[in-house]
Amino acid sequence: MSFTPENLARAQSVIAQYPDAHSAILPLAHIAQDQDGWLTTEAMAEIADLVGTTPADVQGVCSFYTMYKRRPCGKLVVSVCTNVTCLVVGGPEILEHLNDRYAADDDVFVEEVECLAACGNAPAMQVNYEYHEHLVPEMAAAIVDDYKSGVLQPRGVSGGLK
Amino acid sequence: MTAVNEAKTTVTVTIDGKSIEARPGELLIKVAQDNGIYIPRFCWHERMKPVGMCRMCLVEVDGIRGFPPACTMPVSEAMVCHTDTDSVKAAQDGVLELLLINHPLDCPVCDRGGECPLQDTTLAFGPVESRFVEEKRHFEKPIAISDLVLLDRERCIQCARCTRFADEIAGDPLISFVDRGDHTQVLNFPDDPFSSYFSGNVVQICPVGALTAKPYRFKARPWDLATVETSCTTCAVHCRGAVQSSSNQIVRLLGVDSEPVNQGWLCDKGRFGYEHVHSAARVLTPRVGGREASWPQALDAAVAELKSAKNLHGGGAIAMIGGASGTNESAYAWARLTKGVIGTDNVDAQLGDGIAAEVVLGSDRAQISDLDNAAAIVLCAGDLKEELPVLFLRVKRAALELGVPLVDLSAAPHGLSKYVTHALGAAPGEQGLVAEQLASAIGGATPANETIAAATRSIGSREGNIVVILGRTSLAERDDTVVSAAAALGALPRVRFLSALRRSNVHGALEAGLAPGFLPGRVSLDSGRVHFTSNWGSVPAERGLGTEGILRACAEGKIHVLVLVGADPLADFPDRSLAKQALDTVGVVIAIDAFETPSNRRAKVFMPCTLWAEQGGTVTNLEGRVQRVSRKVSASGLALDDWRIASELAQRMGSDFDLETVDEITEEFSRVAPAWAGASTATIRNARDGVVLPFADHLGEVVFRRGGSSLDIEYSLSWEPIRADGDDVAVEASDVDETAEIDRTIATEDALTLFVWDRVVAPRSIPQRDAYALRVNVGRKLYDGGRIVAESPSLVGLKKAPTMLVSSADAARLGVLSGESVKATSSRGSITVELKAARGIAPGTASLGFSADGTGASELIDASVSVTDIRVETLR
Repeated sequence: MSFTPENLARAQSVIAQYPDAHSAILPLAHIAQDQDGWLTTEAMAEIADLVGTTPADVQGVCSFYTMYKRRPCGKLVVSVCTNVTCLVVGGPEILEHLNDRYAADDDVFVEEVECLAACGNAPAMQVNYEYHEHLVPEMAAAIVDDYKSGVLQPRGVSGGLK
Repeated sequence: MTAVNEAKTTVTVTIDGKSIEARPGELLIKVAQDNGIYIPRFCWHERMKPVGMCRMCLVEVDGIRGFPPACTMPVSEAMVCHTDTDSVKAAQDGVLELLLINHPLDCPVCDRGGECPLQDTTLAFGPVESRFVEEKRHFEKPIAISDLVLLDRERCIQCARCTRFADEIAGDPLISFVDRGDHTQVLNFPDDPFSSYFSGNVVQICPVGALTAKPYRFKARPWDLATVETSCTTCAVHCRGAVQSSSNQIVRLLGVDSEPVNQGWLCDKGRFGYEHVHSAARVLTPRVGGREASWPQALDAAVAELKSAKNLHGGGAIAMIGGASGTNESAYAWARLTKGVIGTDNVDAQLGDGIAAEVVLGSDRAQISDLDNAAAIVLCAGDLKEELPVLFLRVKRAALELGVPLVDLSAAPHGLSKYVTHALGAAPGEQGLVAEQLASAIGGATPANETIAAATRSIGSREGNIVVILGRTSLAERDDTVVSAAAALGALPRVRFLSALRRSNVHGALEAGLAPGFLPGRVSLDSGRVHFTSNWGSVPAERGLGTEGILRACAEGKIHVLVLVGADPLADFPDRSLAKQALDTVGVVIAIDAFETPSNRRAKVFMPCTLWAEQGGTVTNLEGRVQRVSRKVSASGLALDDWRIASELAQRMGSDFDLETVDEITEEFSRVAPAWAGASTATIRNARDGVVLPFADHLGEVVFRRGGSSLDIEYSLSWEPIRADGDDVAVEASDVDETAEIDRTIATEDALTLFVWDRVVAPRSIPQRDAYALRVNVGRKLYDGGRIVAESPSLVGLKKAPTMLVSSADAARLGVLSGESVKATSSRGSITVELKAARGIAPGTASLGFSADGTGASELIDASVSVTDIRVETLR
């Protein structure tokens, strides 16, 4: 889907911040991903057009970063840390629990990530890049359920505030 | 490119104990290579910026911790570098082992097998065994990233040569690295193929078999190929190349790195267009009256027609169009036949789609390399990306990398538009007026507007010459707008012209006198009369007609025999209606061609000629550079070289040329043609980068080959810039045995002066455009309907139906949607064409591609009017 008029205006104001429009690819991809729920090929082509490059160039930049999802990932991106500190206090168990629980749920995309820099309150996870720390598996699931039911208001899938 | 510090000083570095003088800032890998020390590499390419990607060129430098890559390390004073210590070898072993981890061992079925840098480097520098036992990564193999290039991602070692070429050199970043880590792969965007005009270059520079070219895949093994250096004659740039054949079939053309010409690159039309030589559509037997005949029958029949027309109506009743597709020698033989034997000056190598020969031959000429340090480049030509692709690369590089201002007189957007610094926005047909304004501003008058003022300031602030690239800006306009632009700019002191005529060897043909009013060697008919009468016996009494005049005279019944030498006026002449009338009316057509075309279909006599790579000799490019082309495969069928046909005809007309070989013609050409004075066969053969005409003025620039005329291209080095062997410094010709005798006498003895254009132009007026009409700009496309594209299976599918581009304001005014078919009508005729709204098109104008297959734009153009206005209506 192409940019909505508001997002197009935002995109243009972002482009205006850089001496070289090419530098705006990353923030524009975030805007597109928050809008569409993932980074579509149409969005990459539109970004290319806006910053004056080829879609292949935008694809090359965006595919380098794992935070840009190039296939649909539902409404919630749940990132569970399994790096050293979380590993020893139950991160993998949380990951396994969430993976099982939401295996058939198209709204929830569970991924294993490297250190979230929340070692002080490990284990940690992010839901659409909002931190939740000091977890046990059931508690993590309850938080995701709260987002699903609307008790908690999620950010966009790229972490943008709604 | 290496960042070269302009400071005069040099630095002294020590590489492997050898003391070397180098320029500060030069890259270590290059300094080593220039001094005979080869540091292994995959990603570094001399013509591109270094990236330090493959890590193969790790070396040790005293005082620097670890192993810096030599390709990103500039040399500095007293640097001490080691490339062959045990620890460097261990580092190289390690890098190669890592590079080989994911590389499949499918060498037996890989096109690169046998000329593979990875194979060679592994053998020379690599470890003996791999410790990697895990599964290699897998991708679908191979995938087509364009119609011509296939990509095998398993073989790729991520050197970024292809992606950097696409971005830095071609300006088409349509391929890029996608994903990261061990998933990193080169890929195009979905549904957006790598359809660059230069895509074949990435196949040549790929250091593994990851990129392969569709036309060459599985055709041959490199060790079975026979190679010879030649020039590509698809357009008038004449890029140096190495043509390779197997079993008498051409299978590949590689770009050879000639600094003054193509810097190693080729366009895809040139690289893959060799296929047309082996087309099944070639006519291989002479024909008389449509029936196959023997050569004696065909020659006798042609001579009978020529003699009868000459006896009944005089030589002027015979005309010749063409001669631009062969060699200089062929052009010379045809010039001598038509002007010296038949006695007609109705001879033209151009097809009404170029510029007057006076302007091309008689203006101060620039060389391609002058673009690099010009004060400014003025574009007054068609779309160089479509017409002269490798010249486009050079102009783009000058503008983008070397900071040369680009001043644009074009009336329609083109491939260089995004690199233009001063767009003067001339309307179709008005380039001449804008050029006059620019010229008077440069001359000191008050600038007509702010853009001209800005262009004048930036030109004024720079040293060097102003290089004007001069070509036919639009086929829908007469050439007089370009001629008046040339007259205005040519009057300025430091202006030099680079011709943008595109057809093959058209410059060689013009230099050989295949234009009305000219004789070989850049002399006019009048000034060369005495000299050529003594050499040839006779020359025409008065100046004849150009192609437009010839066709008009044919249509009026004044010309009785029309000789077409590799020319197809119905396809190439901008005004199809006039061409058709001429061919329908003229009594006899004699055709010398390799293919049957609409123009020669009803030829009384058809004589098949050889094509590129079947004939040897010399050709002359758009800067006047004479280079050799080589015969690589034997002539198809009964086809003969054009010069041989001319010589046989002359003999039957009672005038024996006594020229038996190509070299004999070259010798005669250089003996009688003033611009060629001194340029003997031996000189041309031994000059690494050819010789520039007039030879006497450019003698000092010639670089002679070491070791005579032999040329060895190591097939294993095809991925690196291929250079013909030569000394780095120009050698005085007198130092070389074969060229000791430079005969400058012909330029002086007969008081022959090279032709200089007097810059006199007839006053012209451009008709007013009425408010409902669009003024159309018609330009060539690279993949047009011409014979090379049509007869090359790999290229024919790349031809696109022409579309008409208009501004979105005009599309809205006409009530037409972008993508809709419309009827376009001019005073001449009407066509149905798809219309698209596009950025950069000025309101009131339209831009249309020329098809070169006798349909489309040529139905709209009237050669007798100065501009073409059309009306557009919907078909709804």
